[in-house]
This record gives sequence, C-alpha cells and structure tokens, in this order.
Amino acid sequence: MSVVPAEVLPGRAAPAQDTAGRGAGPAELGPRARLWPALSAVYRAQLSRARVARIPLLFVATFQSVGIMILMRGVVDGGHEARAVVAGASVLVVAFVALNLLAQYFGQLRASGGLDHYATLPVPPAAVVLGAAAAYASFTVPGTVVTAVFGCLLFQLPLAHLWVLAAVIPLAGAALAGLGAALGLLAPRPELATLLGQLGMSAALLLGVLPPDRLPSVVRLGRDLLPSTYGVEAFARTFDGHPDWAVVLLDLSVCAGVGVASLAVATWAYRRAAVR
Amino acid sequence: MSPVVLPAAPEGGRGSRRRGRRAGPPRGVCAVRPTRKWFRARDPVVSSFVSTRIPQTVRPGREGDVVCAVRGLTKTYPAVRGRRGVPGTPEVRATDAVDLDIRRGEIFGLLGPNGAGKSTLVRQMTGLMRPDRGSVEILGHDIVRHPERAARILAYLGQESTALDELTVSLAAETTGRLRGLDVASARAERDAVLDELGLAPLAARPLRRLSGGQRRLACFAAALVGRRPFLVLDEPTTGMDPVARRAVWAAVDRRRAEHGATVLLVTHNVIEAETVLDRVAVLDRGRVIACDTPSGLKEQVAGEVRVELVWRERAPLDVPEVAALREAAVESGRRWTLRLAPEEARAAVATVTGGDAFAALDDFTLATPSLEDVYLALGGDARGLVKA
Repeated sequence: MSVVPAEVLPGRAAPAQDTAGRGAGPAELGPRARLWPALSAVYRAQLSRARVARIPLLFVATFQSVGIMILMRGVVDGGHEARAVVAGASVLVVAFVALNLLAQYFGQLRASGGLDHYATLPVPPAAVVLGAAAAYASFTVPGTVVTAVFGCLLFQLPLAHLWVLAAVIPLAGAALAGLGAALGLLAPRPELATLLGQLGMSAALLLGVLPPDRLPSVVRLGRDLLPSTYGVEAFARTFDGHPDWAVVLLDLSVCAGVGVASLAVATWAYRRAAVR
Repeated sequence: MSPVVLPAAPEGGRGSRRRGRRAGPPRGVCAVRPTRKWFRARDPVVSSFVSTRIPQTVRPGREGDVVCAVRGLTKTYPAVRGRRGVPGTPEVRATDAVDLDIRRGEIFGLLGPNGAGKSTLVRQMTGLMRPDRGSVEILGHDIVRHPERAARILAYLGQESTALDELTVSLAAETTGRLRGLDVASARAERDAVLDELGLAPLAARPLRRLSGGQRRLACFAAALVGRRPFLVLDEPTTGMDPVARRAVWAAVDRRRAEHGATVLLVTHNVIEAETVLDRVAVLDRGRVIACDTPSGLKEQVAGEVRVELVWRERAPLDVPEVAALREAAVESGRRWTLRLAPEEARAAVATVTGGDAFAALDDFTLATPSLEDVYLALGGDARGLVKA
C-alpha cells in the first residue's frame, strides 16, 4: 500500500492509485431499480399509508365538497351553473388530496431529512415522484365519486356520463399532484409548502366551484391558468344530453399536457432536493 | 473511623472500572498499572495524532486493502444573515480537510459530540451532499464525481425515519429491498430473513409510527440490510435501543462482516459503544479528525492517566488544605469532581480523601483507567455531549 504524504494532498483530490492499494479495479455496482418495478413499489407503499394516516383526511375532503354543494344549492338554480358546481366540487376533492396533501407530504419529507432514504437507494427520481403522485391521485377516487353522485342527485343531473370520471381523476390528478409535489419539494420551508398547498386548493375551490360567468375577467384569467379548471370543464360538459366530446377531449388533453409538464418539474425538483 | 488500605496494584494487572459505593465509610478498590508512560493533556505531542496515516505507519502488519479513501474533504456552511429577532450565524466549517482510510471488513467509527460534523461528513461520503473540496473513493468509485453510484454500493441508515414511519415494518423492509433493485420474490425472502434475524417478526404488521423509538430504529436498520451491500453506513444505529436490540444489531453486523466481508462505517457519540464494537475510530472535533487509531491504541495515549471521580455528600471540604489543592485539577459538576492524575498522584489523592476530615464529606469515589472520553479530552476536544451508556 502506498502512503500519500499528507503534505502533498491539501485541498486536492488524490490520484486514484494513491488512495488504495488494491489490485482489482472498481467494485461491481449493485443493480439499479428499474422505473416500473420501483414505481409500483413506491405506489404500493404510499397507498398503504392511507390506511394508517389518510382516511380521516379523505373524509374531510369529501364532506367539504358535499357541504359546498349544499351551500351552493341556495345560490344557483339548476342548469349550467349547477353543472359547474357539481363538477367543481368533485374536482375539488382531487385538488385537496393531490395538491394540498402531497405538497405537505413532500414538504415535510424534505425538511425532516426523509428524502435521504430515497436518495441513498438506486431508484429513478421519476419513480418516487410518480409513485407518490399516483398514490395520492388514487386516494381521491372514492371521495370524488361520492361527491359526483351526491351532486347529481342533489341538482337532478343525469348520471349517465359519470364514467368520464375515470379519465378526469387520473388526468386532473396527474396535473394537480405534479403541481403539489413540485411545490412541496421547491418550498424552502415545510410551512411554506403547506401554505402553498392550501392556497392552491383554495384557488381550485373558488375558481372551480363558482360559475365562471359571474367572475371578474382578471379572476377568469387565473381560472384559465389553473390546470384543475380543464378537468372541471370537461366533467361539466358531460352533463349535457349530447356532450360535445371533441371539446371534452380537448380539455382533458390540456390536463394531460399540464400533468406531464408538472410531473417533469416535480421530478427535477426532487433531484434538486435530494442532493444538497 | 478507620483508614482504608489501598491494595497494591497487581503486577501487570489491568485497571478496571470498579467503584466503591458507600454504605458507611467509603471503600475503594484501585488497580492501576504504574508502568505506563505518563501523558499530559494538551501536550504538544498531541498534534502528531492529527494525521490518519499514523495507525498505518505504526502498525504495518495490520493493513487490509482500503475500501473507502477520503482525502482533503472540506465543506463550509455559508454564514446566515440575521433577520429580525433571529441572530445570524457565522460561516461554519463543518468538515475541515478530513483524510480517512477505511479497510475491508472493519468496523470504522466516527466519534464526536453532537455538532462535531459526523453526520455532515457521512452525508458527503454517501453522495447526499457535495463537498466544497476533496475526494471520496468507495470501492474504486469516485463518489464526489458520481454521487449516484453511492446508492449502488452502500446501504445508509440515516437518523431520520420519516420516509418509512407510516409503513408497516414488513412493508418498509420489502419496499426498501425492491428499491435496491431486488425483484418481488427475493425482496420478500430477504425481508423475512432479516426480520427473523433481528427478532422483528412479531412486529412485522405494525406501522413504524406505533413502535417505540428503539424498535423503530431497529426496523429502519432491518430495512437498511435488505438488499446486500458491501459497505454499510450507520448513523447512530442503536439510539434508544434496549440491550437486546443492540446485541441483535451488532450480531447482524458481525455476520455480514464474517460472511460477506462487509465494511461498516459507524457514527456514534457513545464512547462505551465505540470502545466495544469498533476496530478503529476517528475522533472528530469541530469538523477535524483529531485522532485515528484503534480504541486501545488511542487509550495508550493517555495510559499514564488515572481518572479519579469524587462525589461529595453536600459540598467539598475546602477547609482541608489537600482537598483545596485538588480542586485546581478538578472538573466540577455539582457534587462531582473529576480529576485526571498520574497514578502516584491518584494514589495520594485517594489516600487524602479516604482519611482524615475529608472522608466524612465523601459520598462516593471511583478510580478508572482512561476511556475514549479521556482521550477525547486529552486531544483537546470538548467532551460535553459525549454519551456514556
């Protein structure tokens, strides 16, 4: 073994052959976790957290939306506005869980050093972010369906096209969960992550549930920028007797586009947060 | 009151930690070896222990191949400007030109009090933090240039469990194994084996959050072991554990060392643990390695010293001139005085306090050979924050 004199070294990287007297080359690296298996492992682990910690919050999300619909019943008088209220309240459940709760989760994970666990495992960043986002989007399914069915009964809307929720939940979920994850991972402090998540949810509440015709134009612009809006609109359109499926599809593809972009940003934010 | 006769030191006998606890008059047993070289704290010689090369050069027969080499590692936290109501903090050099060589199959320790820079150093060695300068090479891989490779050659047990807290013990271990690249079947097989090995099987279905601190730590340790790695980095793994759990941890570590030649880097602020489990230890103080050797090798440095601890009943009898003279050398902590003395001085001190007027005021006394804590103090470290348990 060659010993490097300490004086030679200060502040400089030692040449490889000086640092170790091994004959062999670098050791073989362990396997890397591949994207899909890792994603499904993260998804499964996150989903199991719901059993422990999230069920009360899912109730809160649902009751909140149901309460809002009951309140709005005195304000709107059926027709177009009622559709907007039901669609907005349903997507609000997604916003509450996927945006607000996920932002809080990642904010706390980052602040407490919990990200170290994932950062010292050979797992693709996208698997951690997508797995968590998918799990949080899944948490919203029961609440969203209950809210939508309740709203349809309350405002006497047709239940025929509720199947469109199967597309609305994952796409709006992807967009909002990506946004939530990015906010949580980028916020310098966990309280700020919580605040941003709450603000995002409030925006989804006000801009999604209130019928757009009554909003000032500045607020309407904000409404157009919010990804959940397109999920709300797509869903609201399907209450028509003969929905314009092309427009529904267009709205949903905006959701999908925003979802891809926001999840990409969240993945980048995770990478940045993991190595400090 | 009868004077206590101190037994003569047995020839070549090793001093042991024994204490005279008092029912009536105090009785002390001391066995020290007077032949060891006398070493005085803060002697200029101390500075020569700074280099990590010392152990290699003094014990040429014991070199294994180096699996982890750290050279000139430096990390400085920038100064934080004060805001209203919050005072600013100056620039802190958390890691200061650290050099380390960790050899295959050894349990290498980083010892130091809280805030000495142990975790910061480890975070740089695991690719979690970029150093400002210096190099880290683990099993031939440059971790500073390729931090992502660290995850494929080492397992890291950090201090935080928040990522796993809401999972069950079983799922935490299995998920961690899968994220280490194992397929479902082998992740489950390894999970079961590790949980059995650590005695966690009865807790497998409980979420970590509902476990006690020590059990949770053990569950995190289990997760770290699923998916075999040749290099284990354990940051205070036994915090909060009961003796049974600690034994399980060290048995598991030893098994991986014996069967797979695993190397362990252990962060600890517990001097007793450091003395019993470590092969070699680097002592950290304010981001610098102030000594690096085997625990017994380090203790040789202060072998000439004897630690005398005196506990007074109410307060020290300072009216006794000999006691007043001892006070100058003592570190006082309430009723407890700690003195580090040459064997002859210790003998005289004990004779003083166990005879005459001082004896009436004495509650308890202990004579002990030096521990790593004494080494730490002798090297100029600030030992407050080290734990003896």
